Amino acid sequence: MSKKVYIGCGAGFAGDRFDASIPIVKQLVNVNAPKYLIFEVLAERTLALAQQLRNKNSEEGYSPFLDSYINPILEDCLENNIKIVSNIGAANPMGAAKRILEIAEKQKIRKPKIGVVIGDDLLAYMSNSEILESPTMEGLDFSNNEITAANVYLGAQPIADALEKGADIVIVGRSVDSALVLGPLIYEYKWKPNELNLMASGTICGHLLECGAQVTGAYFADPGYKDVPDLANVGFPIAEVNEDGSFVITKPDGTGGLVNKATVTEQLLYETHNPSSYLVPDVTADMSALSLENDGVNRILVKGANGKEPPKQLKATICCDNGFMGEAEISYAGLNALARARLAGDVIDQRIQKIGLQGQMRIEIIGAGSVHYSIDETSSYNLPNDGDYRVRTSAIYPHREQAQQMVDEVISLYCCGPSAGGGGRAYVTPQTSTASILVDREIVDPNVQVKII
Amino acid sequence: MTTIDLPVHAIAHARAGDKGDVSNISLIAYLDSGWDIINDLATEDAIQSIFKHLGSTRVDRYDLPNLKALNFVIQSALGGGVNSSLRLDRHGKTLSSHLLHELILPISKDMIPLNSPYLKKFIEEK
Repeated sequence: MSKKVYIGCGAGFAGDRFDASIPIVKQLVNVNAPKYLIFEVLAERTLALAQQLRNKNSEEGYSPFLDSYINPILEDCLENNIKIVSNIGAANPMGAAKRILEIAEKQKIRKPKIGVVIGDDLLAYMSNSEILESPTMEGLDFSNNEITAANVYLGAQPIADALEKGADIVIVGRSVDSALVLGPLIYEYKWKPNELNLMASGTICGHLLECGAQVTGAYFADPGYKDVPDLANVGFPIAEVNEDGSFVITKPDGTGGLVNKATVTEQLLYETHNPSSYLVPDVTADMSALSLENDGVNRILVKGANGKEPPKQLKATICCDNGFMGEAEISYAGLNALARARLAGDVIDQRIQKIGLQGQMRIEIIGAGSVHYSIDETSSYNLPNDGDYRVRTSAIYPHREQAQQMVDEVISLYCCGPSAGGGGRAYVTPQTSTASILVDREIVDPNVQVKII
Repeated sequence: MTTIDLPVHAIAHARAGDKGDVSNISLIAYLDSGWDIINDLATEDAIQSIFKHLGSTRVDRYDLPNLKALNFVIQSALGGGVNSSLRLDRHGKTLSSHLLHELILPISKDMIPLNSPYLKKFIEEK
């Protein structure tokens, strides 16, 4: 029997379902092979928020959802040799590891060995000016703003090193998401860094798993055109990876969703630009020769990944505060609703100008193609004048008071606006700006450490 | 074969992703005959004209014929990106449905999957 490594993904974004891992763990318990459960829970903004929490309290700054992801499955994983790999470390991987030890103690289960990967936090070893002088790939001018977070995307090797040191659980901060999968594969199969086709296979497998159920029928259904069984109970994915790098994508028995060439192709190209040149720290992956084959019901076999030299520099995301967004909405429905909604938009526009709030403001009508057109644009939808329309206004201002003024104007339409406006809502939320920069490996590598607690 | 002008939704599916102010939208044909027509007619210019009103400045198309898929990378399509955009849909996740609706192609019956509601159009038009 040929060796396989099983890797399930229990979360694909910050705040993904807390019970998604349970069917995966239930299935992996019966598997007699190396097995892993990953949680990918970091978005760009998440790190900036986490950093601010850590600045206030040095014990904080790991994912606020850590307990929710770990509590349901820690015991089953530790008792059945299912290793956990996750970026719930966020801005404080060591803090996350300590919290997991507390949970283990509280649940009276054995103390796990936890590998913590440190070194993604550039603010720990680069000055603000060094960061701002790096070549900027994309983003805004930060010269007037304080950097609230700066994190470089680490690759798979530190995760493999942590596993080599005997970790049951590996916690990272910012790593490229697919490293959560490639790391275990490097450890289990002893793949070498210069075996670039294997690095690419593991990376593409990770890319398919990293968004959770998006490969198993989620973010896919289009009723009558693309039907998905039992979407509410969609199963999160499991990959079965062979030593030669080929792998099957599937999902746990007894769950909803589906796995076919269409779901896998959509996820393959998700957040991909040039498919021949998918860049991560460990490899430049080439998807152009990939083949997908049916391997049974809800099983797709993926083969044919190729790899080239990894990029010379590492990508990092830097964050700064970007003021406050004011966002407000009010609805008009029934006869002549579209005309009332347009009139409301016109009143808001004039009022904001009159009170002197400067800056770009967007007005759109939900129900009139708002996600594709603003109120000024001619949409290609046939819009009945009678219906259910919701005027939405948004703007970003440097100061909270300005955003509050803007939303107050919208809410004032209850009394001062067109007939029968209702359901008004107003939100003022702090904003974070991000930019991507490139950093030399020589700066980052000496600062990457794996600690075992 | 008879063709009817239909949205590409009849013969393909799509998914949108975002990185900074760049949207990428895949367009994946259900059938080989559908692949042939999108390969021919879903050009960078065609996609650029669909997303121009959102501010797009450039479209690059990448082909994966093995998977019957095209990948469009659309610059400056997202109002600054998820952290800066004022739009309700800051990520532009709904833009895949905009593409499926706006790209109109001459479609023949053999390009459409079995059981698709679009097949009714061919019976009606007869």
